[in-house]
Amino acid sequence: MVKGKLTGAGYGFNSWLQQRITAVIMLVFAIAFIAFILFSAYSVNSLMLSWQSLFNYLPVKIGAQIFFLALIIHAWVGIRDIWMDYVTCNALKLKLHILTILWLLGSLIYSIKVIW
Amino acid sequence: MRKMKFSIYRYNPETDSKPYYKDYEVELEDQDTKLLIALMKIKDFYDDSLSFRRSCREGVCGSDAINVNGRNGLACLMNLEELKQPVILRPIPGLPIIRDLIVDMTQFFNQYNSIKPYVIDDRPMPERERLQSPEDRQELNGVIECILCACCSTACPSFWWNPDKFLGPAALLHAYRFIADTRDQATSLRLDELNDPYRLFRCHTIMNCADVCPKHLNPTRAIGKIKELMVSRAV
Repeated sequence: MVKGKLTGAGYGFNSWLQQRITAVIMLVFAIAFIAFILFSAYSVNSLMLSWQSLFNYLPVKIGAQIFFLALIIHAWVGIRDIWMDYVTCNALKLKLHILTILWLLGSLIYSIKVIW
Repeated sequence: MRKMKFSIYRYNPETDSKPYYKDYEVELEDQDTKLLIALMKIKDFYDDSLSFRRSCREGVCGSDAINVNGRNGLACLMNLEELKQPVILRPIPGLPIIRDLIVDMTQFFNQYNSIKPYVIDDRPMPERERLQSPEDRQELNGVIECILCACCSTACPSFWWNPDKFLGPAALLHAYRFIADTRDQATSLRLDELNDPYRLFRCHTIMNCADVCPKHLNPTRAIGKIKELMVSRAV
């Protein structure tokens, strides 16, 4: 069995940067949406109607899709970090990684269906 | 003359099946101000089987790192009057225990050694020493003072989970110390070796390291500077 140090996987930096960039993207969209809810809606019914009309607007659809893509990438790095921290068995860790990817991919496809 | 209560973690693997806490009530003189003095009194007058490390007794050698009331620090720098009684003393967490308050630091120093803690410069040797300007030397302030006591690394949850893979704040502080040294010529190599999901990027900026450092250093800031250099290199 190899007992030497296993280091230099070479992807830690990219994941870290992706998580920061996607966090900023999500923050911008979150602020825009909170502002929309605060300033446009006075009742639940009008919120629902204005929400619908808002999502008929193409830039909003594109923005929402970018938000979900950022969320999926952000969640992938975050959830993988949790598995890396707490799961020591490599076989189980790999299975959990695959399950996470499938779940997040499914969520992404579902977000496309909902938005478009 | 005053009395203080201590509850100390005891474990001798040769005689004890499991660790336990032993209570001591210690008479101290007015001039006994530091925790290390109290520990030495316990060993000298109350229980000579108590084991702990100490050397310089003035915060320079870093050998008496200890967990006091749940917080890491150097026994020789801790004021007795600031401690809540009974003072609970444990070995620094996350490392294998050899006996009582003495831990096996092998894992910690393995991580330190792996960052190549020396200036790498393959250029021909100058006739005299390699020089560094006072301005360049400034960058090493707040980094070079680390005494490798392990208070920070053993207070770091990321180091507890992955002590074999995550370098820990002390080794990362030293990694930055050599990256920041203008005499060192291996910056890219050092950054390559740190670009790993475990070695550097298990740091989640919890900042326990900066909180407990007895020399008031900030490993989190050094780690942030390493990440900044990686960004500068990549974009």
